[in-house]
Amino acid sequence: MKPITRLFNRAPTAEAPPEIERAALRSDRFRLEREGEWKRLEAVVRRMESGRLRAIPDEELLELPALYRTAASSLAIARETSLDAATLAYLEALVQRAWFQVYGPRIGFFGWLRRFFGGGWSAAVRDIWLDICIAFAVMVAGTIVGWLLVESDEAWYYSLVGDGMANGRVPGASAQVLRQSLDGQDHGGGLSAFAAFLFSNNAGVSILAFALGFAFGIPSLMLLMHNLALLGAMLWLFHSAGLTMEFTAWLAVHGTTELFAILLAGAAGLHIGRSMAFPGNRSVVSAAAESGRRAAVVMLGVVLMLIVAALLEGYARQLVTDALARYAIGGTMLVFWLGYFFAFRRRPAEAAP
Amino acid sequence: MRSRQAHDARNARKRREMVTPEGIALPITLASRGSRFGALLLDLMLIFGLNIAFSLLLRALALGIFAPGGEVKNSSAMLEFIQVMMILFGFALFNGYFMFFELGPRGATPGKRLTGIRIAARDGGRLTPEAVIARNLLRDIELFLPLTLMVVWTILSFTGEGAGWTILAAMIWFLIFAFFPFFNRDRLRAGDLIAGTWVVEMPRRKLEQAMSLGESAHGRSTATGVEYRFGEDELSIYGEYELQTLERVLRDNNSEALVPVAEAICRKIGWSTGTGDERAFLEAFYAQLRARLERDMRFGKRKADKHS
Repeated sequence: MKPITRLFNRAPTAEAPPEIERAALRSDRFRLEREGEWKRLEAVVRRMESGRLRAIPDEELLELPALYRTAASSLAIARETSLDAATLAYLEALVQRAWFQVYGPRIGFFGWLRRFFGGGWSAAVRDIWLDICIAFAVMVAGTIVGWLLVESDEAWYYSLVGDGMANGRVPGASAQVLRQSLDGQDHGGGLSAFAAFLFSNNAGVSILAFALGFAFGIPSLMLLMHNLALLGAMLWLFHSAGLTMEFTAWLAVHGTTELFAILLAGAAGLHIGRSMAFPGNRSVVSAAAESGRRAAVVMLGVVLMLIVAALLEGYARQLVTDALARYAIGGTMLVFWLGYFFAFRRRPAEAAP
Repeated sequence: MRSRQAHDARNARKRREMVTPEGIALPITLASRGSRFGALLLDLMLIFGLNIAFSLLLRALALGIFAPGGEVKNSSAMLEFIQVMMILFGFALFNGYFMFFELGPRGATPGKRLTGIRIAARDGGRLTPEAVIARNLLRDIELFLPLTLMVVWTILSFTGEGAGWTILAAMIWFLIFAFFPFFNRDRLRAGDLIAGTWVVEMPRRKLEQAMSLGESAHGRSTATGVEYRFGEDELSIYGEYELQTLERVLRDNNSEALVPVAEAICRKIGWSTGTGDERAFLEAFYAQLRARLERDMRFGKRKADKHS
C-alpha cells in the first residue's frame, strides 16, 4: 500500500491534467485541479495519526501547515461554488483532521512531563500566588482557632479530632502515652502508611479542596479551616503535655511537604472558585476552563508531593526518631519546595502556535 | 418529508459548528454518550488487564530474586515492597494512561479509537496539554475516588466501622458526576467543562469520484447515442436538496433505485423516455441541474429545494 501512496505523493499532478478537460462542470474542474494536494495532505495526516512521527520526512512535516491552509481555502471556495455534497463532506473531514494535527498538543506525554518539571509546575504555582496567600492565611487562622477552641473548652477536642483519629491522644492522657505516639511505631510499616496515603485523610482532603473549588471556593476554604483546626487542637494537646518540640518535629518530617501540598490544593480550588465568582469580561464557563487548566497543573504536582510525603511518613519517620534530625529533614524539604517553586524561574519554552 | 425533518432535528442536536483560527467554520458531530461509555469500559478493561499482567510479572521477578531455591526468606519485607510497587504502578497507570494517549496525535485512548471518537478543544483553538491533564485529573474526582470510597466504606461497614450514610454520600457524589453529561447541551462531563474540551466523532471520509467526467455528463448516452438536453423550465423545478439526493442515488449506483427515480423525474418534467438508459439519463440531468444551480449560486441565488 505504501509504495502506491508514495508514488501518488510524489507526482500528484501526473494523472490529473487529462481528466480536468473532460469534466463538464466548472466546480469539478476546480476540484480536479486541487485534488492532488488534498490527497497529499491526507497522506501526511494519516501518517501523523498513526503516531510514527519519526517516519515522516521533514519536508512533509514542513508542508503540513501550507497544505492545511490550501485545503481550508479550497473548502471555503467550494462551499460557495460547488454543490457536490460528497466532495464537500470529504473536504470538511479532511480539514478537520488536519486541524487536529496542526493545532494538536504537539508534545507527547513525556515531553510534557519534562516541561512540567522543568519550570511549568513552578510557573503555575507562582501564577496562583494570591490564592496561595489567602489559603495560607486561612490555614494559619484555622490552626489558631483550633488551639483557642480547645483551650477554652476541652470538649471541642473530641468534636474536632474524632475517636478514630485520636488513637489515645486525648486531653488528660499522660505525657508518656503521647510521647509513645510520636516514637515512630504508631503507624505499622512503610506499606500501611503508603497505602493509607492513597485513600487517607490528606489525599482526600487535597482532592476535595480542589474539587470543591466549583462552589466558588468557599467549601475549599472551610475544609482547610477545619483540617487546620484539627492540627491546632493537637498542637494544644501536646503543648499542654510539654511536648511541643517533639510533636512539631514529628510533624515536620512529612508535614512540611504534606501541609504545603494541602495548601496548594486549597489554593488551586480557590483559584477556580475565585475566577468563577469574578470572571471579568469572560463567560463563567470559559473563566472556569482557563483557571481549571492552570489549577490542574498545580494539582498534578500536589499528587506527586503527597507521594513524597507518604514515603517520608512511611519510611523516614520510622527510621529517624531524633527531634533535631527530624527537623533537619522537614526543614530541608521545605527549603527545597520553596526554592523550587519561587526561586527556580525558568519559564518553559512555549510551543509556537 | 416528515422523516427528513425528524432526522435533521436529531442530527442538529449533535451538530456543532467550530471556527478554526483561520476563520473556517467546520461542522462537528458530538460523540454519543453511549460510545463514550463504551470507550470508557474498553479503557478500564485494558487498564485492569495491564495491571494484572504487571503484578504477575512482578511476582515472578520477586520470586526469582528473593526465593531462588523455592524457600522464601524475609517474606514480609518482600511482600511489602511488592505491594508498594504495585500501588505505585497502579496509581501511575490509572492516572497516566488517559493522559498519555490523549496527548498523542490521535487525541484518543484505544477505547475511544475503537469507538471512533476523540477529544477536541471547544473554542476551535489549540488543544493544550494542560487541558488534557485537567480533564483527566477531574476523572479521578468523578469516577475513581467515589468508586474507591464506596468499596472501602462498604468493606468497613462489614467490620462495623463504617456508617451507611457515608456509602450513600459516595454514591450520590458518583451519580452527580456520572449524569453530568445529560444535563448540558454539549454533553460535557465535569472534566470537559473545566478543561475547555469536548468529545467529538472522528471524521473519516474518502474522496469520491468526480461526477461530471463521463460522456453522459455532457448529455450524450454512450449506450444509445441519445442526446439529453434539458431546457430552463425543466431544470428550474428542483433545488439543492433534490440534487444531492440524486447525487447519492448515482453514487450508490443501485439499479433498482435508479429506475423509479428516473421515472419520478420524467413525470415531473413531462418527459417520456424508454427504459434501459436510466443511468445516462440521470447523469445528464444531474450534470445540467448542477451546472444551472451552481451558476445561480455564483450570482448569489440559491434554491434550497423544490418548494423554495
